Amino acid sequence: MSKQNDLAEDQITEYVTTIIDGQLFGLPISRVQDVFMPARLTRVPLASPEVAGVLNLRGRIVTAIDMRARLGLARRDDGRPPMAVGVELRGESYGLLIDTVGEVLKLPDAGREANPINLDPRLAKMAAGIHRLDSQLLVILDVDRVLEMGSDAMAA
Amino acid sequence: MRKGLWFMDDLLREFLTETNESLDLVDVQLVRFEQEPNNAKILDNIFRLVHTIKGTCGFLGLPRLEALAHAAETLMGKFRDGMTVTGEAVTLILFSIDRIKEILDQLERTEAEPEGADADLIDQLQKMVEQGMRAMADAAAPPEPAVPQLTEGTLVLQVLERPLRPGEVSLDDLERAFRETPGPEQAPPAPPTPPASIVKAKPAAKPAQSRKFAEPEAGGDHDKVANQSIRVHVDTLEHLMTMVSELVLTRNQLLEIVRRHEDSEFKVPLQRLSNVTAELQEGVMKTRMQPIGNAWQKLPRIVRDLSGELGKQIELEMHGADTELDRQVLDLIKDPLTHMVRNSADHGLETPAERAAAGKPEQGTIRLSAYHEGGHILICIADDGRGLNTEAIKAKAISNGVVAEADVEKLTEAQIHKFIFAPGFSTAAKVTNVSGRGVGMDVVRTNIDQIGGTIDVKSVMGEGSSFTIKIPLTLAIVSALIVEAAGDRFAIPQLSVVELVRARANSEYRIERIKDTPVLRLRNKLLPLLHLKKLLGIDDGRASDPENGFIVVTQVGSQTFGIVVDGVFHTEEIVVKPMSTKLRHIAMFSGNTILGDGSVIMIIDPNGIAQALGSLATQQDLVDENEAMRAASGEQMTSLLVFRAGSAQPKAVPLALVTRLEEIDVDKIERSSGRHMVQYRDQLMPLVEMDGVALRSSGAQPILVFADDGRAMGLVVDEIVDIVEERLNIEVASSRDGVLGSAVIKGSATEVIDVGHFLPMAFADWFHRKEAMPSMHAQSVLLIDDSPFFRNMLGPVLKAAGYRPTVTASAQEALGILRSGQQFDAILTDIEMPEMNGFEFAEALRADTRMADMPIIALSSTISPAAIERGRQAGFYDYVAKFDRPGLIAALKEQTAELHQAA
Repeated sequence: MSKQNDLAEDQITEYVTTIIDGQLFGLPISRVQDVFMPARLTRVPLASPEVAGVLNLRGRIVTAIDMRARLGLARRDDGRPPMAVGVELRGESYGLLIDTVGEVLKLPDAGREANPINLDPRLAKMAAGIHRLDSQLLVILDVDRVLEMGSDAMAA
Repeated sequence: MRKGLWFMDDLLREFLTETNESLDLVDVQLVRFEQEPNNAKILDNIFRLVHTIKGTCGFLGLPRLEALAHAAETLMGKFRDGMTVTGEAVTLILFSIDRIKEILDQLERTEAEPEGADADLIDQLQKMVEQGMRAMADAAAPPEPAVPQLTEGTLVLQVLERPLRPGEVSLDDLERAFRETPGPEQAPPAPPTPPASIVKAKPAAKPAQSRKFAEPEAGGDHDKVANQSIRVHVDTLEHLMTMVSELVLTRNQLLEIVRRHEDSEFKVPLQRLSNVTAELQEGVMKTRMQPIGNAWQKLPRIVRDLSGELGKQIELEMHGADTELDRQVLDLIKDPLTHMVRNSADHGLETPAERAAAGKPEQGTIRLSAYHEGGHILICIADDGRGLNTEAIKAKAISNGVVAEADVEKLTEAQIHKFIFAPGFSTAAKVTNVSGRGVGMDVVRTNIDQIGGTIDVKSVMGEGSSFTIKIPLTLAIVSALIVEAAGDRFAIPQLSVVELVRARANSEYRIERIKDTPVLRLRNKLLPLLHLKKLLGIDDGRASDPENGFIVVTQVGSQTFGIVVDGVFHTEEIVVKPMSTKLRHIAMFSGNTILGDGSVIMIIDPNGIAQALGSLATQQDLVDENEAMRAASGEQMTSLLVFRAGSAQPKAVPLALVTRLEEIDVDKIERSSGRHMVQYRDQLMPLVEMDGVALRSSGAQPILVFADDGRAMGLVVDEIVDIVEERLNIEVASSRDGVLGSAVIKGSATEVIDVGHFLPMAFADWFHRKEAMPSMHAQSVLLIDDSPFFRNMLGPVLKAAGYRPTVTASAQEALGILRSGQQFDAILTDIEMPEMNGFEFAEALRADTRMADMPIIALSSTISPAAIERGRQAGFYDYVAKFDRPGLIAALKEQTAELHQAA
């Protein structure tokens, strides 16, 4: 996350773009381990609603986070399987379930704007700024804050 | 200096590890030495260890450590030369070792020997040496003639009962000589003569230098072991373990694939791979195993210090120190153990004065033992102190709000004792330096819970307490039962699974309900049941058969309960993987794992489920404890169903007589020919109302179903209250129809109903129809029971089954009847009877030729393999539980049928 503070003029950050409920999001590529099709997801009873379940990704147990639930969006009803973006936090693997994965965008840090103040507060907590693209807005997701979920407090 | 250390980084690290280990050993050895000051072998060990430390320090250029070790060594050298070992001196050496440890700690952190001087300690050590020298000189000087005797060795008296004769050598000296022989620069192998040792002692510093190189060789056996082992960093082992875990998983996956393809050419090599993997896994696990003694090493020292601090005489016994367990488990268990030993010393044991007053030896004992049992290790910490103060715990539990005052009276002592594991619980009136801050046992319990262990306490006032910790051998790979609930699979660690029961309606094992609580009657014990899917909140709404299901009987501590699951697959060796931090708050799971087919499943934590059992669990505990009590005291406990019917006074019926409890929708009750009937299991079942009971106008009507031989009747009651275990003692016989008498059950007068009265009300021929059976000849049975209740109960039962019972109240009476020549087809006798018990009766019968062939069946409320064996020897044909009515009838049928065939 040091890149955020490093706002040199010609600094470029690459983002893996994803679409969740029609909105374009970007995840800094430095934080993305891989993108995969989540298969054989095991639901975890009694877990918080954001936890979609756990799955086996090449011998590692990955906790799948339902990004729609995390962002407070409606459940997906088009019946299409979600994609997952693999990220790591403190040695643990997570898969962020999103609708679709888009291309990788190289965006200058200089073009990043602060969150609009009227951004949905839930989203604002996880957004690290906005990029205005030609056709739409890209919301940058802060992976650490996405994974900062209520259950942490309970686990501690 | 600093630079020198920089280069010797590895060397220094090794030195630190080795020295720390040595120091721990010295601690233990010193405490032993203090108890056996004449044991030269221990002294030699200590001396060698300290000497090695000193030598290495000199080599590495650590002057401060070297000086301190040297001073301590000098003092110990004096012990070797025969100076009297005082507690003071040992304390001083222990202090020095503590100081050495402090310096080592800093050395480890800063990689440099900390500044500072140890003149204080060194001075004291030297003073002690001088004192000892003076004392020795004083002792040695006057008894001049004693010198020859000393020549034979300084350790003469303790080795042999008698002084050694001239020319003899003490065992210890022999051993020392043997060990010192290989050392090239060693003192002569002959036993040291007193002049020699005095000479050696005076210039204490010099010979030590020369011996420095010789010493390592002196520890012959020690070195041999050392040469065969290498130091491996724990991380390396952990990594190896992880890789093996992955290998196990992959193997499982391969096996799963091959299982699907019947004739695969991979089968044979895969089998080989599987075996090798298993062996590899075992081997790697072995590298992680360490003797539990490693966790005990500090205890003798702690106990020694405590006994000084508390003014108590404490002996610490340790058994099974070589019992091995996983390093990870060992680390987790270390602190709880230390804490518990402290607790025993502080709270458990009394002061010498108190002990003397109680008629106990002044020295208290703490006994620590460890042994393997199944896949577990059991560690027991017992003391012979005052025991837990039940009243104090009770008072504290109430004031802490752990339990309501009203409930506490119902609890057994064992249950009250368990409160000491509740958070913030300490009954020590005053907080001592040692313990009593109330942060003890709950932390111990939490630590033990974490590794899937359990802790139990047993205590007898005035005689001591013992804590038993049961922990798994390893945490990494466990055997687990894979079960299904609501379409998902879960793993239940095999360690806590007692058995699997398939419950079916109409079978021996069936799920029943007390109000809404499902229970399983398993071998005369009521087991609380939990539906896994309900517990996990994943009830798919699919109506699961309320009477059928798989029940995983699980034990956590002394709690036993059944987990109802939808299906059971198989057992699998699973590799426990820690759960994501996002899931760790869920108490029901202890981890997750990857199965052979590659899917991830959650591992159920039986402890979490036990906690969810909540208040129900306490009740069950009560039943358990009662049962234990019954077994212990031989009391006859009876499960009674308590209900209300017609009046406020509770009524009861032995649970065993009741086939099931039902709640029937009133709308389904029909009236035909003046009687209430209900469709029940494809049959029309007549309902009988007890006096004063009116059918409800709407809703569910509770009824007790009594069934026998395909017929069933329902007894309509107002309310089912409870199931209790009680010693049934009918105090007041009743003249009222349908009531056997009154008994005090759970503190209130309860009417025990006579089922035999109600059965004919449903079917007038209930007791007669079988007499009309083709045989035309009802078989005669002699029933012997000292309890009027059972006579009253079993009489009608036998009649109902088509026998002609003759009932007697004692074995003597029965013998009288039999000797009078009366013949019976079978004899049923109670075992637990005053004067002549069932076994004696059977033996008397067998001794009488006229009656020796009469089939005799034992009826008992306690059925144990031992009792059955005893019964078999006494000549019983069969052994039946008192309340097992179908079993009894079956046994009777079998015996009388045989008789007829034989006849």
